[in-house]
Amino acid sequence: MSGIPHDHYEPKTGGEKWLNSRLPIVGLIYDTIMIPTPKNLNWWWIWGIVLAFCLALQIVTGIVLVMHYTPHVDLAFASVEHIMRNVNGGYMLRYLHQNGASLFFVAVYIHIFRGLYYGSYKAPREITWIIGMLIYLMMMGTAFMGYVLPWGQMSFWGATVITGLFGAIPFVGEAIQTWLLGGPAVDNATLNRFFSLHYLLPFVIAALVIVHIWAFHTTGNNNPTGVEVRRGSKAEAEKDTLPFWPYFVIKDLFALAVILVVFWAIVGFMPNYLGHPDNYIEANPLVTPAHIVPEWYFLPFYAILRAFTGEVWVVQFASFITGGIIDAKFFGVLAMFGAILAMALAPWLDTSNVRSGQYRPMFKWWFYLLIIDFFALMWLGAMPAEEPYATFSLIASAYWFAYFFVILPVLGVIEKPLPQPETIEDDFNAHYGKADAEATPAE
Amino acid sequence: MFKKLAIGAAFALALSPAASFAAGAEGHIEDFDFSFEGPFGTWDQNQLQRGLQIYTEVCAACHGLQYVPLRDLEALGYSEEQVIVYAADNFEVFDPELDDFRPAIPTDHFPANTAVGAPDLSLMAKARAGFHGPYGLGINQLVKGMGGAEYIASLLDGYTGKEKEEAGTILYENTAFPGGWISMGPPLSDEQVEFADGHSNSVEHMSEDVAAFLMWAAEPKMMDRKNAGFVGVIFLSVLSVLLYLVNKRIWAPHKGKARKD
Repeated sequence: MSGIPHDHYEPKTGGEKWLNSRLPIVGLIYDTIMIPTPKNLNWWWIWGIVLAFCLALQIVTGIVLVMHYTPHVDLAFASVEHIMRNVNGGYMLRYLHQNGASLFFVAVYIHIFRGLYYGSYKAPREITWIIGMLIYLMMMGTAFMGYVLPWGQMSFWGATVITGLFGAIPFVGEAIQTWLLGGPAVDNATLNRFFSLHYLLPFVIAALVIVHIWAFHTTGNNNPTGVEVRRGSKAEAEKDTLPFWPYFVIKDLFALAVILVVFWAIVGFMPNYLGHPDNYIEANPLVTPAHIVPEWYFLPFYAILRAFTGEVWVVQFASFITGGIIDAKFFGVLAMFGAILAMALAPWLDTSNVRSGQYRPMFKWWFYLLIIDFFALMWLGAMPAEEPYATFSLIASAYWFAYFFVILPVLGVIEKPLPQPETIEDDFNAHYGKADAEATPAE
Repeated sequence: MFKKLAIGAAFALALSPAASFAAGAEGHIEDFDFSFEGPFGTWDQNQLQRGLQIYTEVCAACHGLQYVPLRDLEALGYSEEQVIVYAADNFEVFDPELDDFRPAIPTDHFPANTAVGAPDLSLMAKARAGFHGPYGLGINQLVKGMGGAEYIASLLDGYTGKEKEEAGTILYENTAFPGGWISMGPPLSDEQVEFADGHSNSVEHMSEDVAAFLMWAAEPKMMDRKNAGFVGVIFLSVLSVLLYLVNKRIWAPHKGKARKD
């Protein structure tokens, strides 16, 4: 791996040399886990490990669940009950998998917002950011299809509503929807293909995770100051960094253990808190639940989807200039995907040449407002589609877009950034004092 | 660390409305004190047995429990023989090999019952929610559980005695049912079921007992799950402390203190 200069693996014994000249895998592993890491990383940098753990947890519990699950409309619901009642430890496997999805999304949202605050998306880490966004999209697809598998009421009606979004695409929408569902409505064909894809996508995610790690191991980690590691020589780089193993592995594992205490308490004591009671009723195409609400992690974008009704002038304008091709429903769909696309475009929308939000006095407040906006959208997504929630949703959605398309480009021009530390070493020493005995006090 | 906990709590609060609004519970749900609530709650075995008796003598006439195996009743404190006798005395199941009905045996499930279109009760206690706290914040459910048993008990005890006819169906007014009118007539009446332990058989007490039984039927592994919860939380807490100490130790030479080479 190029990038920050550091020691590389040197095969010593004959056996090691023999293997290394044929397959340099030990060197690859060595370079990966010994990667020089900025030593000033704070606790917001632990969520990557949590995400890796979640992916492993979901794959392992998922593979075992599949051994007992039956993807058929007449049997799926009963087979989940079979897991809950008859399979040894099945209730734990199922609850871990179900709540594991929530932990996965808590982690990914914090991970994304960390990147947004510390400017981790900026050059030269745009590829890492884009891959991350692809992973996030795939996670959403996987979670959505996984939620359909228990074949409860919310599974069925959630699938009906969400696949209906594709039906809003002009001209070809209905054909696409039928193609996705494998028929005119959500039925056995839908359940089967969702099961197949729910099993496949996590492995695609795993592959993307490798690319994600490859990309940021090439550029080096960002850090809370946004100041780059000095790369002039190995000695210089070592002043700014420590190897990933053991310093960050142990730190991350400690954080993971603390998070798992909370996670395990939720699984053990209130595993259904984040779910919908309606999903313990078997799917019934003839009975629509009173409120169809997606899982919490979709709510912010669900709120954006619903915010743009036919009464909003932007929607009417879009409808007018496209001759009615973009109606309110399609506009909502575009807005929802646009909200995610906006995040993906952040590297090119942000004009500031200061990376970290720590040194951007104006940016900070707009960013905090974005966090509040995110939670507000989450809350609004769960509220019924009526006043005053509709107006609030519209305002909150507008801010989401304004942040990326107006505030980020403008701030870079008008903002006067604060002075940044010269080096990561300076920042670290300012926090923790100099490590050398003969050192003078920091600064 | 505290930042993270605060964020976790914020997340929990932010996402709870999802659960509460899905339930659409407009009716009034009484807050019953069940013995199984909270992390330390356990089943009241006598209550479960009374609940089973009520289910068998009253509810089973119209409702089924198709996902619950009869053998699981041993968890209510019955012996294997008692379960064999209970199954044979109370239920008949269709046996495809005999092409005929035969008395149930413990490996059978409680039969489904679709005679009058009444919903199956196997998961009813998980398919309904109780009071979720003000503004849909879900605080109540965070502390006491989703409250399905509360819903059932409130419903059974929530009849006002008023009736009306709508499209040829008689509807009964009920304070717990969403919309206020339910097509199920009041199933329980005072002193309807005689308990061997002489426990009160008022409608209110019977409602509570049968709701507790249905909670067990919906989540028979609840106590195992809480045990696993305690074991995991304690194990992970110890692991956290150890990792904290290791982390502190390995970072110490780089943080301010003199390095010992």
